[in-house]
Amino acid sequence: MADREINPRVVVVGAGPAGVRAAQTLLAAGIRPVVIDEAARAGGQIYRRQPANFRRNHQALYGTEAARAQAVHDGFDAIASAVDYRPDTLVWNIADGQVWTASEKGYATVAYDALILCTGATDRLMPVNGWHYAGTYSLGAAQVALKAQACAIGANVLFMGSGPLLYLVASQYVKAGAKVAAVLDTSPFSNRLRAAVDLIAQPAILADGVALTRALAKAGVPVLTGVTPLEITGDTDGGVNGARVRLADGTERHFAADAVALGYHLRPETQLADLARCDFAFDAKTRQWLPRRDPDGRASVAGVYLAGDGARILGARSAEVSGRLAALAALADLGRPVDPLTLTHLRRQVASYARFARGLATAFPWPHEQAANLPDEAIVCRCEAVTAGDLRRVVNETGAKEANRAKAFSRVGMGRCQGRYCGHAGAEVIAACANIPVEQVGRLRGQAPVKPLPVAIAPEGEE
Amino acid sequence: MANPVSVSDVLIIGGGLMGASAALFLRQRGRSVTLLESDLVGRQASGTNFGNVRRQGRPLHQLPLANRALAIWRRANELLSADVEYLQSGHIRVCYRERPENIAKMEEYAAEARHVGLDLELLTGNALRDRFPFFGPDVLAGSYSAMDGHANPRLTAPAFARAAQRAGAQVFENTRIIHAAKQGTDFVVTAEDGRTFQAPVLLITAGAWGNKLSQQFGEPVPITPRGPNMSVTEPVPYAIAPAVGVMTPVEEETVYFRQVARGNIILGGSTRGPSYPDQYRAYVLPQNTMKQLKQIRRLAPALANLNIIRVWSGIEGYLPDSLPVMGPSATTSGLFYAFGFSGSGFQIGPGVGETMAELIDTGTTSIDLSHYDIARFQKVES
Amino acid sequence: MTQGRFVRLAEQGRAPLTLYVDGQPVTAMEGDTLMVAMLATGRVLRTSEFGDGKRAGFCLMAACQDCWVWTEDGGRLRACSTPASAGLRISTNQPGASWPTAK
Ligand SMILES: Cc1cc2nc3c(=O)[nH]c(=O)nc-3n(C[C@H](O)[C@H](O)[C@H](O)COP(=O)(O)OP(=O)(O)OC[C@H]3O[C@@H](n4cnc5c(N)ncnc54)[C@H](O)[C@@H]3O)c2cc1C
Ligand SMILES: Cc1cc2nc3c(=O)[nH]c(=O)nc-3n(C[C@H](O)[C@H](O)[C@H](O)COP(=O)(O)OP(=O)(O)OC[C@H]3O[C@@H](n4cnc5c(N)ncnc54)[C@H](O)[C@@H]3O)c2cc1C
Ligand code: FES
Repeated sequence: MADREINPRVVVVGAGPAGVRAAQTLLAAGIRPVVIDEAARAGGQIYRRQPANFRRNHQALYGTEAARAQAVHDGFDAIASAVDYRPDTLVWNIADGQVWTASEKGYATVAYDALILCTGATDRLMPVNGWHYAGTYSLGAAQVALKAQACAIGANVLFMGSGPLLYLVASQYVKAGAKVAAVLDTSPFSNRLRAAVDLIAQPAILADGVALTRALAKAGVPVLTGVTPLEITGDTDGGVNGARVRLADGTERHFAADAVALGYHLRPETQLADLARCDFAFDAKTRQWLPRRDPDGRASVAGVYLAGDGARILGARSAEVSGRLAALAALADLGRPVDPLTLTHLRRQVASYARFARGLATAFPWPHEQAANLPDEAIVCRCEAVTAGDLRRVVNETGAKEANRAKAFSRVGMGRCQGRYCGHAGAEVIAACANIPVEQVGRLRGQAPVKPLPVAIAPEGEE
Repeated sequence: MANPVSVSDVLIIGGGLMGASAALFLRQRGRSVTLLESDLVGRQASGTNFGNVRRQGRPLHQLPLANRALAIWRRANELLSADVEYLQSGHIRVCYRERPENIAKMEEYAAEARHVGLDLELLTGNALRDRFPFFGPDVLAGSYSAMDGHANPRLTAPAFARAAQRAGAQVFENTRIIHAAKQGTDFVVTAEDGRTFQAPVLLITAGAWGNKLSQQFGEPVPITPRGPNMSVTEPVPYAIAPAVGVMTPVEEETVYFRQVARGNIILGGSTRGPSYPDQYRAYVLPQNTMKQLKQIRRLAPALANLNIIRVWSGIEGYLPDSLPVMGPSATTSGLFYAFGFSGSGFQIGPGVGETMAELIDTGTTSIDLSHYDIARFQKVES
Repeated sequence: MTQGRFVRLAEQGRAPLTLYVDGQPVTAMEGDTLMVAMLATGRVLRTSEFGDGKRAGFCLMAACQDCWVWTEDGGRLRACSTPASAGLRISTNQPGASWPTAK
């Protein structure tokens, strides 16, 4: 026990901007954390690194964010040997004060006194009929292909969805020499004006965003707002050949493309918080369930802290700040001195990013009404190929209106992605069909393992 | 006292497979029925179990009940107007080389089971491996039951409840009964929110929670809640017909698996975890998942190539002799029990419902319930 | 042969490597993920189990699990998070299962 007071065990999951800053903060306070990251190289999502034998420089990879990326990478490289860094290692479960890991070497447990979850985000998806055709990718996937592999997802790529990332990735494609068929944003332009009061909280980021739209226009890429996706066209063998949409003026139009990048901003990766038995609350603004936490990142479960986009989608800059804050909260709870002025300063920054994020949610709302209009034949759950009609039939015939109940009967959310890509849309389909508020549908309960686990897995060091 | 929400011939507390099927069969016998469920129907043990519809391995005295259940399983889709994914694709129970004495036990069981309507085929050596090449080298022999199989537990009990409802039963979900008593000729039970329900007959089918109600009638039973571990793999081409299980005295070795028609392989068993009926939660302990996978690899090494994508558990109540409580109360007339099915109630579930309906309706049943008498615990204690 | 799904935009000077997809040699580059190796020359990774057609992955960040392929000896690989390596033998369908066919 005494040893734990002198040498508390702190585990940081995720080595993106949040995890890196948390680890640095802990190390500076004399604690050597265990940093576990599923990826092969530290950096996380936005500052994802390319393989070692790639040559593009930071400017080419990260554009306006090059300096920040460099700082996060250098920051981690400087501490990588001082912390207990475990790359290529998945945390797949949490129980009784231990995280359970899996890697090529097998499984292992790491006990913790404090656990800082910096698990980042994945794309938020709204299905559209035909999105199961080969060649439809998440928006994030389009960016990963470019950043990590120097590839475009197709020869003529259509960007469809909403959110700042839509414009960012499309312009990165243009810059890299890929052909972009069009950028189709479901949000009406007028929303951006309404959002201005909050967006002004981060003038620099706002200016970057405006510049992106301009760059796309200059490159001759059609950028349309207020678009309603009707279907991704193509066939089950050849894949995508375009998308049919309704434009803001009510006319229908088909855009030819051999790939579609589809995404509606992001959703936090909250499975581990769930397995750690943290409480969740419904966020009405973004229509999703989020783990509760205090302004410094303390979850409802003692000793568990949440930072970065894994807790709230506030962006990479905020992730760095909330990573530091969560580490300071853990330090304070472990009885270490923490400067209150630093806390105040960091909290103020996070609050400003939160205001900006509120503006983004106004400007680029989650188009939940699309769920109600999905044709019955549209697949909602890609893993299990369950259609909107299947799900509606379950709601109507069995009266299942709760997310887990509907999952049990329809299989929506029962597949190998664990509901990451169908969970939000499935809940909206149920809510619309049963005519109840989406919060009443509840949320899919987290179940281990957070990603597939080999049946062959044995303890580390055992054959 | 406020008016009861319902007055019917029979009240059933507990909407698992036992309660839901009893409700349907009571309606078929013309009795008015109210089914009370504290959660949603069929979401506890009946909705989370492994799905084995297996007769072999049960005590011989339970086989008539299991056969009765089998007859219902075979016509379940028609009876329920719903697909419960029942596959009569066989069940094989194997033993390991290090316990060769099990072969004799299998032979003895098969010889006796044959007289009670369960045909088993013993397979060893090449005969076993030719037919089931996925078994590992440790597997010595197998006992194959062609008429057993598996079904989808998530769908079954809710389908029984919906059929009961269509037949006129009243089903109240989110209705937790906290008090039950006989007042004069009728039972009056009270839900957490104060609603009451009334009937001259009460059937308690409250699974792992059964003791909470039986003790209100002076019949406490020592129930231990446990949570068996379940896992499921990604879908792979459908190739394994029978449900498979291990016969062994060692809990850790007791694993089983089955492949659903869509392709996923469901893995179950090994060391069970605790479960918490009061919180309605059963957590899978990660160490138990790891033990299970190790035992699965021993049983069927080919499965080692696959991944598990999800684990779960459920709340099951075990009695000291691993047999359920089933039959009339020893203290109170008009009161009946069917709970505590100790990890093997899914297959017999529909048979339990039909038997309880028969017992309640006619006062008697051809099924021998003597082993399941609630009085067996009172005798031990006094 | 039809054109690949993915288009390489840069980093083309890397050392080549050869792997095999359904028996056919595929030339890729060191540093490619298995997914990029397969889709730079091919159109799909796998067939959905549920009759809704071919799939070519979705998220590229190890989250959707829509890119699992088989090795010829029956192993499973997540194509978007597995580096391509020389001599790898991939099958886009499950290779001859070593268990009996269900009736
Ligand atoms: C594909 C994608 C592209 C994005 N691009 C941009 C962009 O260009 N600009 C922008 O401003 N924002 C972008 N974002 C948002 C961006 O993710 C965040 O703002 C920022 O990366 C958040 O940092 P973070 O530290 O919270 O999480 P991340 O940077 O996402 O890092 C999370 C880390 O945790 C690891 N991890 C997660 N779960 C586990 C687990 N169970 N076990 C082990 N490790 C785990 C992951 O491997 C990852 O390395 C993008 C998001 C996505 C998903
Ligand atoms: C993980 C697992 C795997 C299993 N595998 C198999 C298998 O493969 N084959 C097999 O034959 N059996 C198996 N079993 C056992 C089988 O599932 C059970 O024996 C069977 O489902 C019991 O049904 P039941 O209706 O008695 O209980 P339950 O399904 O638990 O139903 C009891 C119901 O009563 C309700 N209730 C309790 N108290 C109250 C109250 N006070 N008021 C109102 N309602 C109340 C509960 O909410 C619950 O819904 C398994 C069990 C588990 C948990
Ligand atoms: S493409 Fe999503 S996990 Fe590989």
